[in-house]
Amino acid sequence: MSHDDELQRRADEFLGIFRKGADFTKQLLRENERLRRQILAVDDRQTTAAQSDLEWDKLRVELLERIRGLEEEKRDVLERLRAVEEENRQFASRYLEVEEENNNLANLYISSFQLHSTLNLSEVLKIVLEIVINLVGAERFAIYVADERTRQLQPVASEGDELSSFPVFAIGDGIVGSAVATGETWCGDPEAERAPSEPLVCIPLRLEDRPIGAIAIHSLLQQKGGFSPLDHELFTLLAGHAATAIFAAQLYGLSERKLNTIQGFIDLLTK
Amino acid sequence: MDRHRILIVEDSPTMRQLLVFALKRLKNADIVEAQDGMDGLRKVTSDHFDLALVDINMPVMDGLKLISLIRGEDNLKDMRICVITTEGASEDRDRALALGADEYLTKPIQAHKVLAIAKSLLKVE
Repeated sequence: MSHDDELQRRADEFLGIFRKGADFTKQLLRENERLRRQILAVDDRQTTAAQSDLEWDKLRVELLERIRGLEEEKRDVLERLRAVEEENRQFASRYLEVEEENNNLANLYISSFQLHSTLNLSEVLKIVLEIVINLVGAERFAIYVADERTRQLQPVASEGDELSSFPVFAIGDGIVGSAVATGETWCGDPEAERAPSEPLVCIPLRLEDRPIGAIAIHSLLQQKGGFSPLDHELFTLLAGHAATAIFAAQLYGLSERKLNTIQGFIDLLTK
Repeated sequence: MDRHRILIVEDSPTMRQLLVFALKRLKNADIVEAQDGMDGLRKVTSDHFDLALVDINMPVMDGLKLISLIRGEDNLKDMRICVITTEGASEDRDRALALGADEYLTKPIQAHKVLAIAKSLLKVE
């Protein structure tokens, strides 16, 4: 681009800006004229009103009417604002409820997903331990498995103490035995005094009417104050799903052993 | 926009799945899992991570050992670390923070708390 072209471009640019400024100034002058006329009209009306009582009363009534209208409008706006705020609060509280429900469902889904992810009994027991430690927040507890022949509940996995420190129960005896016999979860008060052998929570594991075992929780992690609705949902989930998972794993283990025995016989006969 | 890389070092598959669920709500986040301290160490030294969620009680190598090793590495100093553990005693918390953890969260966890801590450590809205 040549020097002359550049000068021409800058001159055009300047003229453009100058024209815009001129237009703006004209607009301002027009607005100023309009407002000046409005003020004159109001002054005129007030002067007329001041000279005549009738005009003055008319103006006063008109202004009072206007004030009433504006007051009413303000009340409506405030009412609407309050309604919107209330709706907002309800939405926020509903959002929190949905959020909590969502988290609870996720916990329940993950627990049941993990429980049914294996047919190995020791793996199933490990998963039950994990759920009770990490999701319920238990510190000392044991998982019992029922022996149908002896009608006894044997501790098979524990956390927070040696397995041998957890007593064997007969089905129907004590808190653990009774919970398994009746199928009702026992849930004590975490703050109340208890005998060391008495569990705080006992979740019976049953498959229909068949006793499978129990989970006896004796103490909670120090940061766990009490039980939330989610904990009770987890107890219910464990009562059903842990029982199914343990039973399925026991059956699978049994079938595997039988299969091995039969295979052994077949091998013996065919060799 | 840069993606946030998060490492979960936890031996319990149930907890890992829960943490993944909580962190999935973070936009632009890549989540990687490690099943113990040693696996976690291998992953942080071979790849870049902005945040690590570390359990304390784990087989092979525990979380505290992992944190001290991470903080001993110059190139890993910027990585944020949040401990997620069953240990609720204040001494455990102090020990973890003294070793270089940025946050300390006790189990049982709540998904929204994990998400809030991750957002604050990653400085995202």
